[in-house]
Amino acid sequence: MSLDIGDRAPDFTLPDTAGEEHSLAGPAVVVFTCNHCPYALAWHDRIAAAARDYPNVRFLAVNPNDAVRYPRDSLDAMRERVEREDWPMPYLHDESQEVAHAFGARTTPDVFVVYAEGRLRYRGAPDPDHQDPSLNAGWLREALDAVLAGEEVARPETDPIGCSVKWRQ
Amino acid sequence: MTVELLWWEGCPSHPEALAELRRILHEEGVEAEVSRVQIEDDEQARREHFPGSPTIRIDGEDIVPPGEGAPFSLTCRVYRTRDGRFSPLPDPEDLREAIRSRVA
Repeated sequence: MSLDIGDRAPDFTLPDTAGEEHSLAGPAVVVFTCNHCPYALAWHDRIAAAARDYPNVRFLAVNPNDAVRYPRDSLDAMRERVEREDWPMPYLHDESQEVAHAFGARTTPDVFVVYAEGRLRYRGAPDPDHQDPSLNAGWLREALDAVLAGEEVARPETDPIGCSVKWRQ
Repeated sequence: MTVELLWWEGCPSHPEALAELRRILHEEGVEAEVSRVQIEDDEQARREHFPGSPTIRIDGEDIVPPGEGAPFSLTCRVYRTRDGRFSPLPDPEDLREAIRSRVA
């Protein structure tokens, strides 16, 4: 299953690294990400900067990977990373992978902007090039600026680029 | 000189890695065929000592040797560029240095 632009995003509740539960209720940026993927790591600071620059928008980072085959994505490893780094958003553990399946997440990272009435308004990469920090998650910011201004998102969909989501086998 | 690119399809960086490898070989005046080795399962990854995609070996040596105890599995490899950024590809200068050290 995959969401199309304009579809209602599925509600979910997931625990963060401290065990606190977070729900998708209302506008939010949902970023499927992880610890072990170089693309997710390369884009992380840019996404975190966007989370800080849009304090009125909820950002939810979700790790959907199978931690049995990829121990660097275990809950303990997620917790260690959050304790070591300064995260401006909760890091949620999608152990069952149901949320990733419901969104149709394909890669880490894979960015979804959910806005008015819980509708999907942007899906894709944070910006065009994981190697260029100056791009500053520009596609994500464009989408947020548009939805916050009540306008259509000019580029509502881009190809997510990154490591494949590590599904359970 | 033998040049190998070991790759796994779950990681999208291998076409870029191959292009970069060929570019730098050409710039350094090295005429060597790049042998591409696709890693398809965990057992092959362990057998080939594959720490992640892409892995580039020159004369059998990894151009950026993985740390001691690094697991061998189907994964994307995390490199660090010379300015400290995370990257799915080795820093081009690390690649160039490895090639030069073999032709010197």
